[in-house]
Amino acid sequence: MSAEFVQLSLTPMIVGVLAAIACALPGNFLLLRRQALIGDAISHVVLPGIVVAFLVTGTVTAWPMMIGAGLAALVSVAMIEGIKRLGRIEPGAAMGVVFTTLFAAGVVLLEQSDTSGVHLDVEHALYGNLESLIWFDAEGWASLLDPVALAGLPPQILRLAVILVLTLALLGLFWKELAISTFDPGFAQAVGIPVRAIGFGLVMAAAIAAVASFDAVGSIIVIAMFVCPPAAARLMTNSLGHQIGWSVFFAASAAIVGYIAAGYGPIWLGGVHAVSAAGMIATVSGLILALCALFGPARNRLSAPSEGQ
Amino acid sequence: MEGLSLFLQALTLQAGYNAAVVAIGAGLLGLAAGGAGAFIFLRKRALVSDAVSHATLPGVGLAFLLMVALGGDGRSLAGLILGSAVSAGIGLVLVDWITRKTRLGEDAAIGAILSVFFGAGIVLLTVIQNTSGGRQAGLESFLLGSTAGMLFDEAVMIAVAGGITAALVFAMRRPMTLVAFDPEFAAANGVHVQRTDLAMMGLALLVTVIGLKVVGLILIIALLIIPAVAARFWTERVGRMIWIASLIGGLSGFCGAALSSAFVALPAGPMIVLLCFALFTFSLLFSPGRGAFAALIARRRFQHRVHIRQGLLSMAREEPIYDGLTLSVLRRGGYLNPDGTPTVNGRAAAAKAVLDEARWKVARSRRQLDRETGADDGLTRIETVLTPDQIADIDAQLALKKGGVS
Repeated sequence: MSAEFVQLSLTPMIVGVLAAIACALPGNFLLLRRQALIGDAISHVVLPGIVVAFLVTGTVTAWPMMIGAGLAALVSVAMIEGIKRLGRIEPGAAMGVVFTTLFAAGVVLLEQSDTSGVHLDVEHALYGNLESLIWFDAEGWASLLDPVALAGLPPQILRLAVILVLTLALLGLFWKELAISTFDPGFAQAVGIPVRAIGFGLVMAAAIAAVASFDAVGSIIVIAMFVCPPAAARLMTNSLGHQIGWSVFFAASAAIVGYIAAGYGPIWLGGVHAVSAAGMIATVSGLILALCALFGPARNRLSAPSEGQ
Repeated sequence: MEGLSLFLQALTLQAGYNAAVVAIGAGLLGLAAGGAGAFIFLRKRALVSDAVSHATLPGVGLAFLLMVALGGDGRSLAGLILGSAVSAGIGLVLVDWITRKTRLGEDAAIGAILSVFFGAGIVLLTVIQNTSGGRQAGLESFLLGSTAGMLFDEAVMIAVAGGITAALVFAMRRPMTLVAFDPEFAAANGVHVQRTDLAMMGLALLVTVIGLKVVGLILIIALLIIPAVAARFWTERVGRMIWIASLIGGLSGFCGAALSSAFVALPAGPMIVLLCFALFTFSLLFSPGRGAFAALIARRRFQHRVHIRQGLLSMAREEPIYDGLTLSVLRRGGYLNPDGTPTVNGRAAAAKAVLDEARWKVARSRRQLDRETGADDGLTRIETVLTPDQIADIDAQLALKKGGVS
């Protein structure tokens, strides 16, 4: 049982946790800036990016796909800005126009091109393939100390770990600037913080986290983790530091509980097949948010404990 | 070229009875979506409909499981649509509840409901795949829509429902217009704002569930947003905007479905969205009032007027002109000869410019002309603002002043 667990379930769980935290961290600031839907937009435009990357390179390897997705995210940000300025249109509608169009273009491109030989379809982009990230070389918990077996770990773990460390480093480095420009942009401008650059950097960090995560876990988890854990954490506390701590805890719990519920839940209930882990992780994060919305100590403006107490 | 002739046949409804009904259904759906979307856009709630559309998925799954449990086929479109409407309605109520009862903003509520309901729906879809022993229930087609295997009854149902929704939008246009522009005024006039808002989102919900089979739940929001945003470029009046949005939506729906029936590899939903975007881009660039080119031309024209005005004043003062643009607009206007000396016309216009400047100065000193002089932006011709006797009166004062000085 335990050897099987390490081989089949440990790596997907780690990938799920890493992806969840990598998305939840920038999600905290996006939530406070009322830009929570940026994650939604980015995860839609990832599809045309990976399709174009596939058409250019002819393969479905990780790096071209990630570069393609990153470029698509940049293009979408530029299009949203352009439509907002040229047409004097409110940001929500401009975003709606851009991400639906790019997603539609991605679907049409995908249907037009011959992808019969490779594993590339819309469902894959939506649900990811968390369950397939198996650690073939593992024979038990001892493999965690075996360099040969460790070399056979799915590459997604390393990639997400690097992104996560990078995000944490940026967060530590620009903590003060991020916090001030999020809560009081006017004051931030007055004390010389480059507010626009910080905002753009935040969106870019979110895009990188989303692009790195979608490949392993699909866009459902990405959207859910950008919004749900930070939103739930926001209902728990008034302090930014505590909020981020809570959001990391919620994101990790959702990933672990969701994965176990999807993989083992149906079997415990007498079924034979596992259900979608990505969908279940998103569902669990929603349940956490629901609990916080009902019972969180800072759930509404009146019950929020006042500062400094 | 075979595809092209097929497309022309489909456009003229001669590609077979089924294809014609599907195209008409998609057209009516677009009509309803454009109209309903116009109000949602004006009320600035465009993205709420994204949460609504994603929230349909668990309803589709549960309805399928329920219908199978009751011994039915599970694939009845009417049953699936009913289920999707129920869960979309729950999603809509929850977005509203989160926004009103917690400190979270509407964007967070939308993102949370959208992703969680969609995730739960995906879980249900995998459950269905497992229970039906690998047999495809075909529910994935609700993600991106599919008109290819649509049954005749389904197409008729979509057409009828789309027509009814369009009629509902038309019937409710007055209260929705009032609420979109001025909720307080609407409330003072006896319009129930919250109920109207709910009805408006209810229309979006109707469009969404009807469109599930054609456009799919991921992209249906495009049919609600894009026609409305495109229509906004062409008019400043709500009544016209709704008609234009409906027209854009209907045209995209009809042509997109026709294209898809002619070319096998072109899915209807994404094609409809791309056609909407093409019409949007055209509007953004070329609409006469708010379009990008119109703005560019207006800017150029304004720039030329400023340069001509400044150039004429310099000519009158016999100052040399160095600015390239000023020189070129003066030459093109016939005020300057190619060698840089003023033409007869140029001298007259320059003298007139100086005279007008002096007249404006006098006019500005007169209190009773405040309203007229306030309209002057430095480029207004004085004859367009003041009457001939007022100008004559000003000229008399100017002559007096001149006489007094000399």
